[in-house]
Amino acid sequence: MSLDLVLRVVTKLILPFIQMFALYVQFHGDYGPGGGFQAGVITAGAVILLAITFGIRAAQQIAPKAIVERMVPLGVLIFAATGVVGLLLGRNFLDYSVLAHDPVHGHEWGIFLVEFGVLVTVSGTMIALFYAFVERGR
Amino acid sequence: MNVALLTLLAVVTVAVIRQRSLFGVAILAGAYSFLMASVLIVLDAVDVAMTEASVGAGISTVLLLATLHLTKTIEIRPTRPSLLSLALALVVGGLIVWGTLGLPPFGTADSPVHAHVAPRYLNQSLRETGVPNVVTAVLADYRGYDTLGEATVIFTAGIGVLLLLRGFRRRDERAEREK
Repeated sequence: MSLDLVLRVVTKLILPFIQMFALYVQFHGDYGPGGGFQAGVITAGAVILLAITFGIRAAQQIAPKAIVERMVPLGVLIFAATGVVGLLLGRNFLDYSVLAHDPVHGHEWGIFLVEFGVLVTVSGTMIALFYAFVERGR
Repeated sequence: MNVALLTLLAVVTVAVIRQRSLFGVAILAGAYSFLMASVLIVLDAVDVAMTEASVGAGISTVLLLATLHLTKTIEIRPTRPSLLSLALALVVGGLIVWGTLGLPPFGTADSPVHAHVAPRYLNQSLRETGVPNVVTAVLADYRGYDTLGEATVIFTAGIGVLLLLRGFRRRDERAEREK
C-alpha cells in the first residue's frame, strides 16, 4: 500500500472533514437530518478508511480495539441509564421531563443523551466488526 | 427524475443477478444503495436517505468486501436452474405487489398512517421536546423505547458476529495445538 501516494494524501486531507461531518450530523440532528445512528456509521467509516489506507495498526492507535469493543455495550447502557433516571425520579421509563428543571429542556437533554448512546454503540459495533474481519483474514 | 432513478435501479438489479464475480456484486450493491438513497431524497425522507447512503453504500460494502477477503470471490455456477425457486420468487413478488394495491395512494393526507398520532407529533413536538426536527423527536423521545430496542439489536448482532469470528479462530488454534 505504500506506493499509493495519491490515496494516502487524499485520505489524510479528507479524514478531518469526514470526522467533522460526523460530529455535525450528531449534534445538528436536532435541527436537520441526521442523528446518532448516521453519525456513528460516518465515524466508523472514517476509522475504516484510515485502516484501509494506512493499515490496521494506524487505525488501532486512534481507536484501540479494547476501547472500541467496550463501546458496544456502553452505548446501550448510556441509553438505558437515561431511561432509568426518569424511573428513579418517580416518572416512567425514558420520561425525559425530569432531567432538567424545565420539562422541555429535560426532553432536549434526554434526546441528546440517547442519541449519544446510539452513536457510541453504532460506531463501536461497526469498527469492532471491521477489526474482527481483518484479524480473521490474517 | 423518478423514472430515471427507478430505471437505473432496475438496471443495477439485473446486473447484480447476472454478475458472477462477487467483487462486482459488492460494488454494484453499493451503487444500488446510492441510487436508493437518491430515491429517498426525492421522496423527502432525508434522514432515511442519509442512513441508506452511510450504511447501505458505506459499511455494507466494506463488510461485504471484508467477507470476500475471507472467502472466494467467484460464485459457483448452479448445477441446474431451479424452477421451484423461480416459481417461489414470482409468487412472493406477486403477493407483495398485490398487497401494495390495497394501500392508499402515495402522499394522501387522510390515509390511516397520517390520521392517528402523526398530526399530534407535527403540531406538538417542538413545544413538547424543544427539538425542531420531528424525525429526531419521534425517534429519540416519543418512540424512545423502540429506539432502545434498535440499539439493543445492533449490540446483540455485533456481539454475535464478533463471537462467531473469534470463536472459530480459537477452535482452529485448539485443533492446531492438538495435532
